[in-house]
Amino acid sequence: MSNNNASSNLVVAQRTVKQLRLEASTRRIKVSQAATELKNFCIQNANKDPLLMGVPSSDNPFRPPKSCSLF
Amino acid sequence: PTDQTSIALFLCHPLHWPSLPAQRKYMRSPPIPEMATQEVQLNETLAHLKTESETLKTKLEEERAKLHDVELHQVAEKVEALGQFVMKTRRTLKGHGNKVLCMDWCKDKRRIVSSSQDGKVIVWDAFTTNKEHAVTMPCTWVMACAYAPSGCAVACGGLDNKCSVYPLSLDKNENLAAKKKSVAMHTNYLSACSFTNSDMQILTSSGDGTCALWDVESGQLLQSFHGHAADVLCLDLAPSETGNTFVSGGCDKKANVWDMRSGQCIQSFETHESDINSVRYYPSGDAFASGSDDATCRLYDLRADREVAIYSKESIIFGVSSVDFSLSGRLLFGGYNDYTINVWDVLKGTRVSILFGHENRVSTLRVSPDGTAFCTGSWDHTLRIWA
Repeated sequence: MSNNNASSNLVVAQRTVKQLRLEASTRRIKVSQAATELKNFCIQNANKDPLLMGVPSSDNPFRPPKSCSLF
Repeated sequence: PTDQTSIALFLCHPLHWPSLPAQRKYMRSPPIPEMATQEVQLNETLAHLKTESETLKTKLEEERAKLHDVELHQVAEKVEALGQFVMKTRRTLKGHGNKVLCMDWCKDKRRIVSSSQDGKVIVWDAFTTNKEHAVTMPCTWVMACAYAPSGCAVACGGLDNKCSVYPLSLDKNENLAAKKKSVAMHTNYLSACSFTNSDMQILTSSGDGTCALWDVESGQLLQSFHGHAADVLCLDLAPSETGNTFVSGGCDKKANVWDMRSGQCIQSFETHESDINSVRYYPSGDAFASGSDDATCRLYDLRADREVAIYSKESIIFGVSSVDFSLSGRLLFGGYNDYTINVWDVLKGTRVSILFGHENRVSTLRVSPDGTAFCTGSWDHTLRIWA
């Protein structure tokens, strides 16, 4: 019985080591490069972002144009 | 015996060594010698593996630290600061009889499906606030719901440990429950579900600690994902251009990124200090955000393989239940257990707005597919559309 416990602990330990080896071998880039690309994505897509830019009430289906005012 | 010497002598007698006899037996005349040596060998290998495990973990942290040359907000110093935001509740959806637990948008950008503790799943037209369909589930606490990409079906589940798909009928009078199809079967509650890029497959996460990919038509399990050490609470699929991966978050404080085809966990992040309630990919697919009971939201970059930002304030002490990005990824919306929504500048790490309105915890939050609004669901029984 104690043999079975030791065996299953072994299997779990082997899996953990295998997983860690995989994760340790991941290719990584510098944060400066990754961060720059995140920043560039935001900037490039900013004007297509309605919540960021705000859209006029008439274009936003959820902002009710309550009444048509002619100025 | 009463005096110390006598007690000592008494205890030293072999008859009074309760745990020794069996071992001594093996040493004198081992009945099954292989078993004893095998066990010793196993224990040695186990110890060796544990050491290797610790060494690898340290190496992993060192490798990640080597590339940590700058903070995200430093890179974003020159970016123009955001102005004031005017976001208000534009619609309130009333109809659930108890806490709203989950919601999802339809690709048509106007319909919404929501699920509640009262066992009901409702499909709404968010423009008009009309209820289009309602289904009563056989269980309470319907913690997960999702709209199919075609808009023709919804999936839901919770304490029933299943994920079921209901085709939506054009006939409003038809009993949806009659066409119900049971797809996923877990051994504990269903915490989240999502269709992949078609109506044919569903990805689920569960309190049983696993995620799974299912074929909707046959109910067959296509792939299972093991690795979390406790309940999995949330998942999000990578944007389709980025390939077949998804991220999950759980009560083990870990966020795991998975390869959908192999079932392999390819990256793992453990920096939160409590349960991760929500995970959401950044629109480019190169990063994801998480929200946790530790009252913080965090951003993890997949190519740098590390956490790159924390969104927190000393004054925010309640857990985050749900997070989502605006279309460009510049804004991160977080629904909190203190009834508020905090809006964060993803690049600069600062809060740009705090929104009030709900009268109880915000439990779910999603930005609409075209980014014109976002919807929140709350324990106050209502859903709100903000724009």
